[in-house]
Amino acid sequence: MAQLIRRAAALNKSLPAASFAARGLATASTSPITVETSLPFTGHNIDPPSRSVETSPQELLTFFRDMALMRRMEIAADSLYKAKLIRGFCHLYDGQEAVCVGMEAAINRKDCIITAYRDHCIFLGRGGTLLEAFAELMGRKDGCSKGKGGSMHFYKKEGGFYGGHGIVGAQVPLGCGLAFAQKYSKDESVTFAMYGDGAANQGQLFEALNMAALWDLPAILVCENNHYGMGTAEWRAAKSPAYYKRGDYVPGLKVDGMDALAVKQACKFAKEHALKNGPIILEMDTYRYHGHSMSDPGSTYRTRDEISGVRQERDPIERIRKLVLAHDLATEKELKDTEKEVRKEVDEAIAQAKESPMPDPSELFSNVYAKGLGTEHKTGTLQITYNYLLLALKDLVAFFLVVFIRSRQKRSENCTSMSENINNDSTCQDPFVD
Amino acid sequence: MEASFGVSSAAAANAVNSPALSPPSLPFIRSEARPISWRVDKSRKAGKITTKAVAAQAENPASAASKPGHEVLLFEALREGLEEEMERDPRVCIFGEDVGHYGGSYKVSKGLADKYGDLRVLDTPIAENSFTGMAVGAAMTGLRPVVEGMNMGFLLLAFNQISDNCGMLHYTSGGQFTIPTVIRGPGGVGRQLGAEHSQRLESYFQSIPGIQMVACSTPYNAKGLMKAAIRSENPVVLFEHVLLYNLKERIPDEEYVVSLEEAEMVRPGEHVTILTYSRMRYHVMQAAKTLVNKGYDPEVIDIRSLKPFDLYTIGNSIKKTHKVLIVEECMRTGGIGASLTAAINENFNDYLDAPIVCLSSQDVPTPYAGTLEEWTVVQPGQIVTAVEQLCR
Repeated sequence: MAQLIRRAAALNKSLPAASFAARGLATASTSPITVETSLPFTGHNIDPPSRSVETSPQELLTFFRDMALMRRMEIAADSLYKAKLIRGFCHLYDGQEAVCVGMEAAINRKDCIITAYRDHCIFLGRGGTLLEAFAELMGRKDGCSKGKGGSMHFYKKEGGFYGGHGIVGAQVPLGCGLAFAQKYSKDESVTFAMYGDGAANQGQLFEALNMAALWDLPAILVCENNHYGMGTAEWRAAKSPAYYKRGDYVPGLKVDGMDALAVKQACKFAKEHALKNGPIILEMDTYRYHGHSMSDPGSTYRTRDEISGVRQERDPIERIRKLVLAHDLATEKELKDTEKEVRKEVDEAIAQAKESPMPDPSELFSNVYAKGLGTEHKTGTLQITYNYLLLALKDLVAFFLVVFIRSRQKRSENCTSMSENINNDSTCQDPFVD
Repeated sequence: MEASFGVSSAAAANAVNSPALSPPSLPFIRSEARPISWRVDKSRKAGKITTKAVAAQAENPASAASKPGHEVLLFEALREGLEEEMERDPRVCIFGEDVGHYGGSYKVSKGLADKYGDLRVLDTPIAENSFTGMAVGAAMTGLRPVVEGMNMGFLLLAFNQISDNCGMLHYTSGGQFTIPTVIRGPGGVGRQLGAEHSQRLESYFQSIPGIQMVACSTPYNAKGLMKAAIRSENPVVLFEHVLLYNLKERIPDEEYVVSLEEAEMVRPGEHVTILTYSRMRYHVMQAAKTLVNKGYDPEVIDIRSLKPFDLYTIGNSIKKTHKVLIVEECMRTGGIGASLTAAINENFNDYLDAPIVCLSSQDVPTPYAGTLEEWTVVQPGQIVTAVEQLCR
């Protein structure tokens, strides 16, 4: 933890050291700006890319807006969870936005991304809408998975986003499968299989890595190292927390995950590498402000000072804000206005999502199998109710039959009521006595 | 019970020919299950498709020499099915240990790597969990991988991938992704293979929502089920049996697919419905021989579809005979028989004259010693006794 603060302090020193392109200040919004990343990349079995990243005002402003949107979405989700509109597990990504935004800047929608359960922001980055996200979180039918997946199961097929997986590490072999399919179809795209420092100790990861390296699959394994596997710090779970080195024969790169430009550079580099030489591991040094999930306060295994320290020194949105202001791409007020806009957008989406209805009961049985094979439980509630009704009906009929028969008997035998005859020795016998 | 033969003893004898099976010439009751997986894309003229679940060929001993079709062993039938589907659809690929250069540990994929290359017939390292996961990932993009577990028991290592990703992704993604994988491999009790290599995974997988399970038992249905499974948009687990790979049968030359959800009428009868699948079918037919000589007329149905059950065919049979005997290789606890018993009780209780009898393997790890292993599984003698007791 002290390491983080030290590193953060080092970053603060080097931030103003931004160099300008020969063309000078941006008048056209896509004219290039060159920025130095906060930290150099560290390579394992590979020469790291340069620290100078080409960007543009438009890109920086887009970074700012996108990250502000994601941050706002996650904070809003926090409130919704506390209001019990979101239930179950909710894993928030605030603090880690730079990884997702930097990655998107380096790739296209033909490339695939697959991740674990901290997937809300990556879903947005891949083209998902706020409405789909909030509706899914609240279990409504306008959700991206029709309300049937939940927080951990966001998917966007058209955007090349393959989820959204609850079991730690299980998505990495799937990611290698996506890369296999890309190699099979020869479509010059790559897969980013994301996982956390906790999942980095899963065996299936190494199995998948071995296969990816064996067959030169265009797979990029991205370890989002936020230093805690739920409540266990990385140094308590991994003998070697240098996750970028754990690929052994597979090259690796360590990246400052709080710097969106560094992430973009690394992902561009990794994509080129993967298309030519096969898998590569990217370790994104990042941090999450929230606990592991909404059920975790996040403060029992780390100090509040650490969290606020990182927020002050390394916050990804602040970094971009400083860059934008330093390059005069927008004023303070404009940035604040963007944040307000974003907040409004999120609030509107939540309002809309709240209007969305719950899924239809028939949705319980749809999508279990692909179309053609229905699943209807033959003795479902309807059938049981029907059975009970039949039984009740039988009882009713029997009751009325009895009453009818007895009344008939009384009339024919001229008997008085049963109670009058009970002690008498009478000629008519109540069939239901004795 | 009078000795009334529902079928001629000659035909019955034909039906129990083993090891060389001759396809039964008797009509069978077809279920009305929704016919989806054998519906062929008409734009692809792949040849005439025979859609009957059992090869309907006239049994004529005199013209045996000029019989249509060709004789194959079960593993060859599986290979034919695989090859035809790989030819037909370039998205079909095979993942498994030793499926490529070695040709498959049971020769099911022999020669396919030479024909289709190393990427389509992929020799994987020994990493079931991750190569099954890879197959699911590939399927999400539209490929149609066929995953081979060298022995079904090894796929326990891939249980998470099969259950959560294979089975549930279609649902949790709200229908965005389909997972058209086929997971296949030999399972069941073999000849002294030991406990860990004699497992019956159908009992563990049967609760997984979203997968279909089928068990093949003859070369004819092996090829048909393989093709249907590959064409299905759902993940299908195809259970083969270690001891059935060398069964020989004459199968049609023309292309055919069998339905994944239909049961197969092996021997129509009147007295008792015997439900079975995979290897136990042969123990049942052996017992049927004895039973017929004793004057009983069992109706034998190979359920084939383990998930979902073909309750239509089974129900029709129960309505006729009113007695059910289930003979399975799963262990008593939590096996296919247990689920089938529950399903029949729920749906056809009114038609039963006697409680359902379920003969299963013992709840023990399969021992190595030959005699002990024999006692673990159901033997024909036990089946005969059970029928006699049921039909008393």
